[in-house]
Amino acid sequence: MVDVTPGSRDAVPPAEVPDVELYHPHSWWTTYVFSQDAKVIAIQYAGTAMAIGFVALVLSWLMRLQLGFPGTFDFITPEAYYQFITMHGMIMVVYLLTALFLGGFGNYLIPLMVGARDMVFPYANMLSYWIYLLAVLVLVASFFAPGGPTGAGWTLYPPQAILSGTPGGQDWGILLMLFSLILFIIGFTMGGLNYVVTVLQARARGMTLMRLPLTVWGIFTATVMALLAFPALFVACVMMLFDRLLGTSFFMPALVEMGEQLSYGGGSPILFQHLFWFFGHPEVYIVALPAFGIVSDLISTHARKNIFGYRMMVWAIVAIGALSFIVWAHHMYVSGMHPYFGFFFATTTLIIAVPTAIKVYNWVLTLWRGDIHLSLPMLFALAFIVTFVNGGLTGLFLGNVVVDVPLSDTMFVVAHFHMVMGVAPIMVIFGAIYHWYPKITGRMLNDAMGHFHFWVTFIGAYAIFFPMHYVGLVGVPRRYPELGETAFIPDSVHDLNAFITVAALIVGFAQMVFLFNLFWSLRYGKEAGGNPWRATTLEWQTPQTPPAHGNWGKELPVVYRWAYDYSVPGAPQDFIAQNDPGPPNLPRHA
Amino acid sequence: MAIAVVLVLVVVGSVVFHLLSPWWWTPIASNWGYIDNTLVITFWITGIVFAAVVLFMAYCVFRFRHKEGSKAAYEPENRKLESWLTVITAIGVAAMLAPGLYVWSQFISVPDDATEVEVIAQQWQWSYRLPGEDGRLGKSDNRLVSLENPLGIDPEDPNGQDDVVVEAADLHLPIDKPVKMLLRSIDVLHDFYVPEFRAKMDMVPGSVTYFWFTPTRTGTFEVLCAELCGVGHAFMRGIVMVDNEEDYLAWLAEQSTFAQLSEAQQVGTLEEERP
Repeated sequence: MVDVTPGSRDAVPPAEVPDVELYHPHSWWTTYVFSQDAKVIAIQYAGTAMAIGFVALVLSWLMRLQLGFPGTFDFITPEAYYQFITMHGMIMVVYLLTALFLGGFGNYLIPLMVGARDMVFPYANMLSYWIYLLAVLVLVASFFAPGGPTGAGWTLYPPQAILSGTPGGQDWGILLMLFSLILFIIGFTMGGLNYVVTVLQARARGMTLMRLPLTVWGIFTATVMALLAFPALFVACVMMLFDRLLGTSFFMPALVEMGEQLSYGGGSPILFQHLFWFFGHPEVYIVALPAFGIVSDLISTHARKNIFGYRMMVWAIVAIGALSFIVWAHHMYVSGMHPYFGFFFATTTLIIAVPTAIKVYNWVLTLWRGDIHLSLPMLFALAFIVTFVNGGLTGLFLGNVVVDVPLSDTMFVVAHFHMVMGVAPIMVIFGAIYHWYPKITGRMLNDAMGHFHFWVTFIGAYAIFFPMHYVGLVGVPRRYPELGETAFIPDSVHDLNAFITVAALIVGFAQMVFLFNLFWSLRYGKEAGGNPWRATTLEWQTPQTPPAHGNWGKELPVVYRWAYDYSVPGAPQDFIAQNDPGPPNLPRHA
Repeated sequence: MAIAVVLVLVVVGSVVFHLLSPWWWTPIASNWGYIDNTLVITFWITGIVFAAVVLFMAYCVFRFRHKEGSKAAYEPENRKLESWLTVITAIGVAAMLAPGLYVWSQFISVPDDATEVEVIAQQWQWSYRLPGEDGRLGKSDNRLVSLENPLGIDPEDPNGQDDVVVEAADLHLPIDKPVKMLLRSIDVLHDFYVPEFRAKMDMVPGSVTYFWFTPTRTGTFEVLCAELCGVGHAFMRGIVMVDNEEDYLAWLAEQSTFAQLSEAQQVGTLEEERP
């Protein structure tokens, strides 16, 4: 009989793991292509996400050209414009940001930061990437399909999404979009289960939950949320596919299209909106929480000071994650849902501002009396705070139901969500890449190119999206390829639109410099050494840089302290690594 | 160091931009001045918070930037400070939420004396229906929509016979009379949006949505669609004219009822059938 009494087995796994348990790859294919090493998978995820993100960037130039200089570009018809905005939005939110934060940073950092050798299910992890790649390819295929990609807007609202008045509605566009999303969710679920189980089960000895770096807390919470939120999108996609292909009426009421009675009846378009936003709102925080976590670590490391109020930061992440599931209908204040919902969702939405504000306070209080090194990761972290505070505050306009009524569906909304979930998280992504690139490649990114990239991106992005709020205040609706002669829109709005377009093109150009830097520094970057930022967390303490398969050599690290022992009074250096027992009699936090 | 200067410039630039901006909301033409007031309160609170946070950051970067031999302070937590900040934030949030919810409760409470006006959207035009002398709109159903009955009005319902039908033309409204806009769609989602009225609401096929307002100034106002409804979305325009009582009645007298239109159509069909 198996002995299951407590104490009969070690509560934590042995520090030493026999080499055979690592499943080292034996060929080039299994090392670099069909790899089960989370670090390789991370780079595959990040590379694919950035490649498809580049497509979305180009699409944004095209639509900005149309908005800034309407009538100049004949090939940008209204159909094409709607296809551009739809693909731009969906790619940026799902295929770039979600994939890069969770599939990219999650895969690379979770095992290293918790002191594990790899994800707990390496094979499923590999499958996760390949299904994600398939999803991306299906999405790209819609550009070449008859009728082109769907132009239903990234929200894919029925009934129009599957009708002929919308590009791709009666062609392949919407079908490929729905198939691609379904594949993405399947792939993500395989990866997501991995991240959650790895954080819960594979932490090194001594790595208690309250010693985890906030990066891991952010990615972990976001992954749990994604596992709960994506199924709503999944069923919505399946139901819409049925409506389109089998003639069911989940979302389709009785309607007349272009003078013809359709055979649909009894379905609810609003039901789709509830399902979509039950996914869609948590999605905002699925992108934001990893950014929150990562930026906390960037600020702490580069200000040489522990993150202020660590426990409060952890609880704020968890609280935001939980609350974000009961705010979804603030995207639907003018959808025609029952007006009493407005009271509830406005209240929950504004409550979420409190834990979010706490996080902002704690970031800036970490800077207070710090020893601030203005390295590129720190600069991007500062830019994140500015853009996030700006975008978060305009959220208080839109979340407050009655204030939302005049602003909803205007360019104000576009400016708000780009600032808060576009620019701000992307600032963190850049900061994180400048921060961890030395660990991933062993070389530093070029500093001069980095500074050029930073200044143009930060000031340029602010110049794009700050004035855009005022275009919305005037009342200019979003999703208009041209404004035409509209009495209430003064000519100066067109000038402002042209200015925004020029700023967008300049910012886009700066990203080319960044991409070039990524490749250039691979070869010519300064040698980084193992721990160039003198950081405390485990990923900087690996025996090799870049870390080898299995991460830690023969013996797993043992963790003695939290992730933020910077500038501890009495310590010989201004940081003590998490796996360093350190000198005795120092102040100890956790 | 440059970053500290730039952070200050971001705040100064944003405030100056806001103050000098010629881009501001359109002059209001409805009773929803409360919405504008709530917006202004929100601008003040959020503007102050933005300036405070970013200027504090700029100060920190300037004051505590790395210098040879400098060392960071060690302060993991400060319960008292964290609690204070939480309480102050909660008060600020409540200061925005309370007026917001109060105005929302007004926004959704339609006054008893409001006249009903139905807006019917379809790709890509606006039509309207006003109750006739009986003051009631007849039933309608998208299943009844046809070439002869483009708005899907129930011919069996006697209440509908005297309904005034304004197909793909301008809507007129009398000034200072509250109206309840009943919103209906024949095909896909649309949104009846007149910036000067501040109110807007999606139109959903299969259900009737609504909002109410009181026009407070005469004039011609453009109607836009605010919910992406297909390739013609940006071109789905209409006109609402707010008239004084006299002009409104004159306009109303020129309109046809559903019964008149159906009759004319039948005559028209008969004429066509003649050789």
